[in-house]
Amino acid sequence: MTLHVTSPAFKANAHEALSDEALQRALTNVEKGFIGKRKKVADKLPEFEALRDSARDIKNHTLAHLDLYLEAYEAKVTAAGGHVHFAPTAADASKIVLDICRRVGAKVVTKGKSMISEEIDLNTHIEAAGMAAVETDLGEYIIQLRGETPSHIIAPAVHLNRDQVEADFRRVHTDLPDDRDLQAPESLLAEARGVLRKRFLAADVGITGANFLVAETGTSIIVTNEGNGDLTQTLPKVHIVLASLEKLVPTLDDVSQMLRVLARSATGQEMSVYTTFSTGPRRPDDVDGPGEYHVVLLDNGRSSMLGGEFQDMLRCIRCGACMNHCPVYHAVGGHAYGWVYPGPMGAVLSPSLIGVDKAGHLPNASTFCGRCESVCPVRIPLPKLMRHWREREFERNLSPAPVRYGLKAWGFFARRPALYRLATRAAMTTLSLLGRNKGRFAKLPLAGGWTAYRDFPAPEGKTFQARWKAQQDKRA
Amino acid sequence: MATMIDTKPRVGLFATCLVDLIRPSVGFAAAKLIEDAGCEVVVPSQTCCGQPAFNSGDRATSRAIALQVMDAFQGVDYVVAPSGSCAGMLKKHVPELFEGEPDLARRAAAFSAKVHELVSFLVDVRGVTSVEARFDGSVTYHDSCSGLRELGVKTQPRKLLESVDGLSISEMRDPDVCCGFGGTFAVKYGEISDAIVAKKAENVWASEAGTLLAGDLGCLMNMAGKLQRQGREVKARHVAEVLAGMTDEPAIGEPAEKV
Repeated sequence: MTLHVTSPAFKANAHEALSDEALQRALTNVEKGFIGKRKKVADKLPEFEALRDSARDIKNHTLAHLDLYLEAYEAKVTAAGGHVHFAPTAADASKIVLDICRRVGAKVVTKGKSMISEEIDLNTHIEAAGMAAVETDLGEYIIQLRGETPSHIIAPAVHLNRDQVEADFRRVHTDLPDDRDLQAPESLLAEARGVLRKRFLAADVGITGANFLVAETGTSIIVTNEGNGDLTQTLPKVHIVLASLEKLVPTLDDVSQMLRVLARSATGQEMSVYTTFSTGPRRPDDVDGPGEYHVVLLDNGRSSMLGGEFQDMLRCIRCGACMNHCPVYHAVGGHAYGWVYPGPMGAVLSPSLIGVDKAGHLPNASTFCGRCESVCPVRIPLPKLMRHWREREFERNLSPAPVRYGLKAWGFFARRPALYRLATRAAMTTLSLLGRNKGRFAKLPLAGGWTAYRDFPAPEGKTFQARWKAQQDKRA
Repeated sequence: MATMIDTKPRVGLFATCLVDLIRPSVGFAAAKLIEDAGCEVVVPSQTCCGQPAFNSGDRATSRAIALQVMDAFQGVDYVVAPSGSCAGMLKKHVPELFEGEPDLARRAAAFSAKVHELVSFLVDVRGVTSVEARFDGSVTYHDSCSGLRELGVKTQPRKLLESVDGLSISEMRDPDVCCGFGGTFAVKYGEISDAIVAKKAENVWASEAGTLLAGDLGCLMNMAGKLQRQGREVKARHVAEVLAGMTDEPAIGEPAEKV
């Protein structure tokens, strides 16, 4: 699936999403499936809030010394017999991966879930090079069948209902008997497993993402619930880890703390079912494992966030809690955001990676309700960072003209209290007279954005300040 | 302690622009509650807290307004606003506007320390545990986002509401989930805002309460406007009106009773 950026059409995307009944039905699962589970497991752990502080501090420390930890990490990977490749851009990362695949004559490439793979649009490049890219995470497998992109960073197919998935399976798995029951999610999983098992065994290269990279040991870590990641990285001759450079943490101790907040924040599990540590290729005495181990470390704009007002975003551990708790995400789903990363974290990260000229809607499409920040395991001040993007847009005159002019006119009065009182007194008295009978307006000039959806109350009449002054004068 | 009893603290009431323009009765209710809590109320000349500019990325205008507010409210002991959103702006965000400018930052910090949302001021600062008011009917309370998440307003309004004679609280599902207002968001992304407030209206309606209360007029206008557009007969009022026993004005968006 070629990756088009449709973020500039966010409003049209949102409109389409809001009128898509199947999507709206699927989106109710986000609220039902994630929020309660996270809360339950967080409430059960007395030190959860302290762990969030600690997770934030570990990430801040790493980012402050990222150069040192990157060097240490590379040295450890190399010592373990692996290779680290630095990829400044998405194109560089794809080229590095393809060069490895071509060198070993790969025909089939299996893949564990990786958002970096989405970011560099790797599947398109693999297919274009004449190789088969096989997604092995169930959600990723489903959307690959449909030619779609993930709509959520940990639940890529959360925009789909079970009956849609069943229909896709019956369309693609042509040997499926009609009477085979695929109603239960487990039976869908079993069917995907049966098909994927053959692909795992045929794979020449396995590509996974990484939840963390450990500088102390040169280890990459993935957490999964299906075990597909383990088969992806241990069965083929070559294992390639795709990671962005902010995945680094200093030590194994640090990772064990990070893991305690990750699964709780993401799926409401205490731990994911599988937590897999990989260090280097297979050693002579190992019973299995890949012959080659490569890490492709993607920058793609991240290093320019270091030391700036968006550095906090590099703490993100991709748990998805922000989107799980976002009323805007609940309303429009992930695809409306128009690029790889949706929800609040995407609203901050996407402008950094693809430019605020393209992703400018995203940090604006937030009520600033703050629920994302209140659940973020590494305490990223997401509303504040979204506001910083709005500031950048305002400075560059990228905000829509009506907004800029409206703000200017309003600001003119708001800075001149006497004039403001005069103007508002007259306006409110008139509006009050006009609206007195009904108490509200169903239509109001210049307020169509409001009254298209809801009534606007008629003002009571004179302003509070005018009435207060009159009352004080009377008392005196 | 003696000085505390002898002198009444001077409270500058920051009415908020919406209360000033749309619903002055909330301002008078707030003033009564603050006076009942043993304070003197003054209303300095004011326009807005600057949040629309701040959240639109216009820092220059936000700063100008913040300086104006700090000037106007010099000499009061407290600045109290019947809004978690505006109080959040003045308390949490005004200091952010002057980071790195020592003199102004110090001034902003001192100002910020004096700012409170109305109901949390009554309960947390003035130690009010009950009010003398009567309201016959069931109410449901919406936790506005800024008050809840920036200022920790959650239990205080419920505690005082419980002391109102004749009132019963019927909690809605997800009272702490955003109503979709978000200031200019409601207009800039009206369709999404509408989808969010539609869910909220559903939850308000399902609570079977006759009256919806909240501490922020913006959210109330959004929710009341949606309920009214749907033809659902739920009245909406600012929590201060009920706590002050000042509910003679028609509810938000309702016509005056014909005599």
